Amino acid sequence: MIDLSQNHFELFGLPQRYRCDMAALDRAYRRLQSDVHPDRHAGGSDAQKRAALQASARVNEAYRALKDAVARAQYLLQLQGIDAFDETDTALPLEFLERQLERREAADEAMAQHDERALSALIDGVRGDAAEIESGLAQMLDDQHAYAAACTPVRELKFLGKLAFDIDELQASLTD
Amino acid sequence: MALFQISEPGESPLPHARKRAIGIDLGTTNSLVATMRNGLAVVLPDGEGRPLVPSIVRYRDDGVDVGYAAMAHQSDDPQNTIVSVKRMMGRGLADLGDDRRFPYRFQEAPGMVRIATRAGVKSPVEISAEILRALRARGEASLGGPIDGAVVTVPAYFDDAQRQATKDAAKLAGLPVLRLLNEPTAAAVAYGLDNASEGIYAVYDLGGGTFDISILKLSRGVFEVLATNGDSALGGDDFDHRVFCWIIEAAGLPPLSPTDARLLLVKSREAKEMLTGHEAAPLLAMLGDETRVNLTLTKDIFTDITRNLVAKTLPPMKRALRDAGIAATAVNGVVLVGGATRMPQVRRAVAEFFGQPPLTNLNPDEVVALGAAVQANKLAGNREQNDDWLLLDVIPLSLGVETMGGLAERIVPRNSTIPVTRSQEFTTFRDGQTAMAIHVVQGEREKIADCRSLARFELRGIPPMTAGAARIRVTFDVDADGLLAVSAREQTTGVEAAITVKPSYGLTDDEIARMLTDSFAHAEDDVKARALAEAEVEADQILAATAHALDVDADLLGADERRRIDEAVGVLRTVRAGGDHLALRAAVEQLNRATTTFAGRRMDRSMSAALTGKRVDAVL
Repeated sequence: MIDLSQNHFELFGLPQRYRCDMAALDRAYRRLQSDVHPDRHAGGSDAQKRAALQASARVNEAYRALKDAVARAQYLLQLQGIDAFDETDTALPLEFLERQLERREAADEAMAQHDERALSALIDGVRGDAAEIESGLAQMLDDQHAYAAACTPVRELKFLGKLAFDIDELQASLTD
Repeated sequence: MALFQISEPGESPLPHARKRAIGIDLGTTNSLVATMRNGLAVVLPDGEGRPLVPSIVRYRDDGVDVGYAAMAHQSDDPQNTIVSVKRMMGRGLADLGDDRRFPYRFQEAPGMVRIATRAGVKSPVEISAEILRALRARGEASLGGPIDGAVVTVPAYFDDAQRQATKDAAKLAGLPVLRLLNEPTAAAVAYGLDNASEGIYAVYDLGGGTFDISILKLSRGVFEVLATNGDSALGGDDFDHRVFCWIIEAAGLPPLSPTDARLLLVKSREAKEMLTGHEAAPLLAMLGDETRVNLTLTKDIFTDITRNLVAKTLPPMKRALRDAGIAATAVNGVVLVGGATRMPQVRRAVAEFFGQPPLTNLNPDEVVALGAAVQANKLAGNREQNDDWLLLDVIPLSLGVETMGGLAERIVPRNSTIPVTRSQEFTTFRDGQTAMAIHVVQGEREKIADCRSLARFELRGIPPMTAGAARIRVTFDVDADGLLAVSAREQTTGVEAAITVKPSYGLTDDEIARMLTDSFAHAEDDVKARALAEAEVEADQILAATAHALDVDADLLGADERRRIDEAVGVLRTVRAGGDHLALRAAVEQLNRATTTFAGRRMDRSMSAALTGKRVDAVL
């Protein structure tokens, strides 16, 4: 029964763009949850409780989609009718893939040497690349409105996120 | 122009008497009940001033003892005196590991283990319900009447099966449950409100049988759990068991009778507790065959034999911090919860990990119950000073379904903020396939075999199509208690199947109904009277809520909609006096249906009011 026609940006009263004021997002999220969370309607009728549950889950989902750099880009493209992770088009530039393959090999090597510092350096490198892609995405999506072209960097960004997570995991297993 | 008035969310629409609300910490070793009194959370003691209820249940020939009365017989009647039942909640025999460490007569049963006692075969849910009944009675005696609402705490790392079992036990004990609340979150509430804290906090909760670590962000009245992790089978009990094994080895004892085993376990616990303030503890016992045990356990030996137990808490701490995206050094404070955190070696390990001494200014045994009482009071609608705060909690373990090849496809990742709704589409893999089996699992592993199976159900009646043409949307709904419901729907035809995840492990509603009827404390009349009382409370609640909603938001309704609601209200008012709980439930349900759209529109209005930063009364 909750109005699902609003997009996530409208729900939080934020401009529909990639460059996102995270503090404003956090504030809007908290304000909305303060109103709709089931704990605020514990004494209500079943209909009211169901509405609260639905609204609260909707707000959580919207927050998750806007908070994360990959999910936010994916969502902006979705609003343009573009699926950045369309299974029929999963191509990534060869150069990009080669670079990440080298990183994976370097990570395995660092693991074999128990070289925590090398792993940290690799993670920093991956995060540095990710930050660059994010600012490129901001230009493409917000300034140039080059939506179709944005698919590749979105996929790269997701790839880098997974890579950073995996190397982080390796590093954690070293110190366990 | 008349102004519409809208109360703050959570504010009760009508003036009414204060609700009797309690918070319950249902612990592995000890349980507590607390309430809010004069704006302060207090633990309710027994007649002798003792705050704790040992979580021990003894089945006698002619009744049941709970707490200290049961504790007195744990060594001389071990098979009928159940301790640490929490470890068995939602667990099968295989989950318990070495069942020889328990002196009980276990029976395998679908989903959850059972224990044979002189009073018959009991499920962990029934045994836990005895403890909850004792706590309910203490609450009622202290508050002077029936409990209106209770918040019951569970370990944050409890899975769906364990949560559902706990909720079932509360239902069986006749407690109206307002919410299941995670123990570390409850502790954070008690601590945070007490200290007006802001920043990132870690709660390290090592109880009798469970370990939780939660990372929370406290900011302007919002308690946001960023990540949680733990081990739902690690606690103070395991430290006792290490001492027990050490005794057997050091004294060269043969296999023990249940009575001797329990006696030595009790001695082990006493020694452990003594070592918190002393360098050494004597271990003296006379066994059934007159073997004398006379040993001394030093702090060094104790630290040594329990070293790997303490070490087992470190990986969950690291994982929680990683999931939260927080460095250990960025944590502003570490709160210790649970009696087992009194052990000096535990405190040292935590201090070393976070690089700061942990906070211990609240009693680690009581802090969870106090937080639960604060939350119960709020959810019941009692107003207090400074009660404009909110909890945002997460699910501890990922939820998913089985896909081809025995792999788990994650649908809701761990540490998702609840409530959460998440869907995913699947398709058929054979031409003409008309049914799809959906296997719901919880856990972090890739392979189904390594995850916990929660439920299986089937979506039938899919029209025959070529493989890959059907669009089956599986939706997971996790509510604010962290409990899961799953539904599936074929998109092109609308064929539906849904399940509340429960039957594959726990008790069915029928089983609970039978237990309620069978129960010593609930003669049949009693059950009916309770059902009526509950239905009447529910009726009054919805009548009040509806009247309030109509007062403030009637402009959202068309004439037809208004008439339907008014009719349903009229029917319910008439039935309310009739004393028939079934008719009453039907009328309540009818009013609920009539107000569903209305409730949704009101929620929308409330959201847009929040968005503009203005209440509706300020806009109009």
